[in-house]
Amino acid sequence: MHRYLFSKLAQSLLLLFGVLFLVFMMVRVTGDPAALMMPRESSPEQIEAFREEMGFNDPLMVQFGRFIVEAVKGDFGNSLHFKTPAMPMVVERLGATVELAVAGLLMAMIFGIPIGLIGGFTPGGVTDNIGRFIALMGQSIPNFWLGLMMILYFGVELGWFPTFGRDTWHSVVMPAFVLGLPVLGQIVRLTRSAVLEIRGEDFIRTAHSKGLEPKTIYTKHVLRNVAIPLVSVIGVQFGYMLGGSIYIEAIFSWPGMGGLLEQSIGWRDFPLVQAIAVFTSVIVLALNIVTDMAYSIIDPRIRYGR
Amino acid sequence: MADNTTTPKTVDSLLDTEKTFKERVAYFGRFLWRDRSGVIGLIVFLIVVFAAVFAPMITDQSPLDQDLRSSKMPPAWQEEGDWAHPFGTDSLGKDIFSRVLYGARVSLMVGLFGVLIAGTLGMLIGAIAGYAGGRLDAAIMSGVNLILSLPYLLFVVFIAAVLGRSLLNVILIFGITDAPIFARVTRGEVLRIRESGYVESAVSAGARWPRILFDHILPNLLGPLITLATFEMSRMIFYEAGLGFLGLSVPPNEYPTWGNMLAAGRKYMTSYPWMASFPGLAIMFTSLGMNLLGDWLRDVLDPRMRRSRK
Amino acid sequence: MAKILEVKDLVTKFYTLDGVVNAVNGVSFDLEEGETLAIVGESGSGKSVTMMSLLGLIPMPPGKIEGGTAHFTGVGGRHDLLQMTPEELREVRGGQIGFVFQDPISTLNPILTIGEQIAETLTRHKGMTKDEARKHTIKLLGQVGIPDPELRYKAYPFQFSGGMRQRVVIAIAIACTPQIIIADEPTTALDVTVQAQIVELFKQLREALDVAVIWITHDLGVVAGIAERVLVMYGGRPAEIASVDDLYERPQHPYTLGLLGALPRLDARESKRLVSIQGTPPDLLLPLQHCPFAWRCDFAFERCWQEIPSLIAVGERHQTSCFYDLEKGAPRDV
Repeated sequence: MHRYLFSKLAQSLLLLFGVLFLVFMMVRVTGDPAALMMPRESSPEQIEAFREEMGFNDPLMVQFGRFIVEAVKGDFGNSLHFKTPAMPMVVERLGATVELAVAGLLMAMIFGIPIGLIGGFTPGGVTDNIGRFIALMGQSIPNFWLGLMMILYFGVELGWFPTFGRDTWHSVVMPAFVLGLPVLGQIVRLTRSAVLEIRGEDFIRTAHSKGLEPKTIYTKHVLRNVAIPLVSVIGVQFGYMLGGSIYIEAIFSWPGMGGLLEQSIGWRDFPLVQAIAVFTSVIVLALNIVTDMAYSIIDPRIRYGR
Repeated sequence: MADNTTTPKTVDSLLDTEKTFKERVAYFGRFLWRDRSGVIGLIVFLIVVFAAVFAPMITDQSPLDQDLRSSKMPPAWQEEGDWAHPFGTDSLGKDIFSRVLYGARVSLMVGLFGVLIAGTLGMLIGAIAGYAGGRLDAAIMSGVNLILSLPYLLFVVFIAAVLGRSLLNVILIFGITDAPIFARVTRGEVLRIRESGYVESAVSAGARWPRILFDHILPNLLGPLITLATFEMSRMIFYEAGLGFLGLSVPPNEYPTWGNMLAAGRKYMTSYPWMASFPGLAIMFTSLGMNLLGDWLRDVLDPRMRRSRK
Repeated sequence: MAKILEVKDLVTKFYTLDGVVNAVNGVSFDLEEGETLAIVGESGSGKSVTMMSLLGLIPMPPGKIEGGTAHFTGVGGRHDLLQMTPEELREVRGGQIGFVFQDPISTLNPILTIGEQIAETLTRHKGMTKDEARKHTIKLLGQVGIPDPELRYKAYPFQFSGGMRQRVVIAIAIACTPQIIIADEPTTALDVTVQAQIVELFKQLREALDVAVIWITHDLGVVAGIAERVLVMYGGRPAEIASVDDLYERPQHPYTLGLLGALPRLDARESKRLVSIQGTPPDLLLPLQHCPFAWRCDFAFERCWQEIPSLIAVGERHQTSCFYDLEKGAPRDV
């Protein structure tokens, strides 16, 4: 188990290095970073001065070394827009984004898992058909558009929920629903198909042949096996939500990292963009490790290094 | 619990390489009829393709012509609407109906070429990993899996912001970032085909490599990959709209896309809701159709999925 | 000897998308206390479905039992299994009738310890506490020949070899000292040497527990070593029922003859080529209108294409469903 986690950790660190490299190179290799970051109407002198200030005239390797050393210390330079260090600003916004993603994920799980379970145990039933419809819709409705429509109807028309900001618990309902809907669909689908698949396994027939009560078979034999793919999908989906929150936060003016990212792209504030990309990756990679740990608790085959 | 006698025979027959092309088409048709949602998906997809290809013949309005005198007109069936602009006009007086039709072109181009690039790259990587096995396979696959675990959308947005807005950039971004999924599926199938042993028996029977590739490996790969391509195309259309919504895809004055229409309409949400409604409905319609089609293809082309769905 | 299981005219069908699969078309047989009956047939002959139907182990739908009776004389007296409620059937399954399945790799839950999987049968049927069940399980593990049972209690299936797993499955089957064990191809998925060990284990347990065994197999070769009587099935119908000796010495059904011919014989003087039966098994999607074996039968005559033969007595406890008398070389006059 330790060896398994250790190799996962090493892989994650390697990938983090890859992310840093990508983020660094993207800004520098695709064109003139100074021109990219400065306002379009800047004079050549201004751009040259900026280039000197940011150290873009140094050899690439030197720049990369400096970038890595600073990044490890958590320093991504100053935000060009705010003129203050980028990282603390990102960390400050983290809370709101995590709150939104957790609320969305909870909603998706609370509704998705039971619907998927019922669907898997009674395929073709009413709940199953509703679940499949929700899953299809969650997959097909662009959630940024759904957000707009919900603001229009539930926010403006009916006035049930605030249309922007993060004040009371009311504020989180609409953005969390919109962010969580595709995930809800995924969870319904996966739970349903996992239940169906596991119900058809030979070891379930064995359990029936022992005369066990259906309740025991479902909880002890089916559910625990369904939990394995579910845990990994929930981990992946949480990462997806952190990325997908860009749109939702922009629509609902939610003061999280996604909203900040949209603004910083508008300002061409690339130190800030880099900080957000790297920081979110770190969170997602850490989350992967947590998922893997949860995985190995449920599945002995992984625990014993198989 | 199922005894093997309950396995639908038609699926096995469908995958039977002995069948002639005509017989296979006939089986396809039978399955399509049985699952009506597949028919709906196919029809929806064809409608979108038709709209994209024949846009200039369906409407005589140009998607780019501005006419400030007739700006912010509501859809035709509302008061003050006009059938000259069935879906109304936007803030600059551009015809929304024709913009939705022409917008389908961008969506389909992004989906088609994005999937082609991602599929080709991914198939190559996956085939190498699956065929080589051992350490190379392990290295490639752990890389692929970790890339897939990163916050995908965030990187797409980041790369698009750096590269600048253009159709080619969007296609390239999706083509490259989506390749790992194709790589994973291809590798899985290659391994399965290798394990099943019929390639080995074909080799020992003296078959040559090109023959083995075309007779045994490709037909088996094609099913899962076509299914995946359908879903990925739908996803790319979705994400392109998302990028357009953030102002990171094709600029609205160059060519209409559903995403940049949404972005433009967003400002007028409360007073002129139709500007954002129609492009959103178009995305939903297309994506719904492709998902239905993909579900159906998965059932028909992948017997393992079909059995578990029963 | 008292009969503990009497099956009469069992009919099971599967309603699939492709049509109705006539899996079992009227099967009758009985089983005496402590006796071992082998059910032999090719895959698709309905041998597994027959046994699974009796105990409610086929998926319903698509499966449906459409006729017949199956009287089981167990702890609670003589009752028809097919008329039992699901609750009553659950009491019988695992408690009075144990199962061993073909593939020991997939028949055990991969994420539960083997100890738990045996012990849960005991807590379910014998009302044991967890601790009692644990102690008894360790005893059972020893009984089926697993070394270090105390240590192995906490092991997971993937840490066991195929043969060891099959021993675990057998331990589950015998846990509640049942009257019948139904073994569905228990050796097919195993290596030849392991097969012999498992057969040997079965013989020992049968003596020790005085339990009746129904041994489902497609391999007549294994049958001689373990069974007393044999039921040969074809196309969802019984072809022949006889004692092992009768079956080998004077087979009364052309299909049995074919199966025996397909058997590699050690005592054959010259190495003859294996004889295999020509043709393919019947399509169970078609409703039966004549003898299902007629297509492949060398002896088929007019009547075989007009009627479905039922079992005809041809000796003491020897029945065949064939219109043709192989010994006389002429049609029977029944």
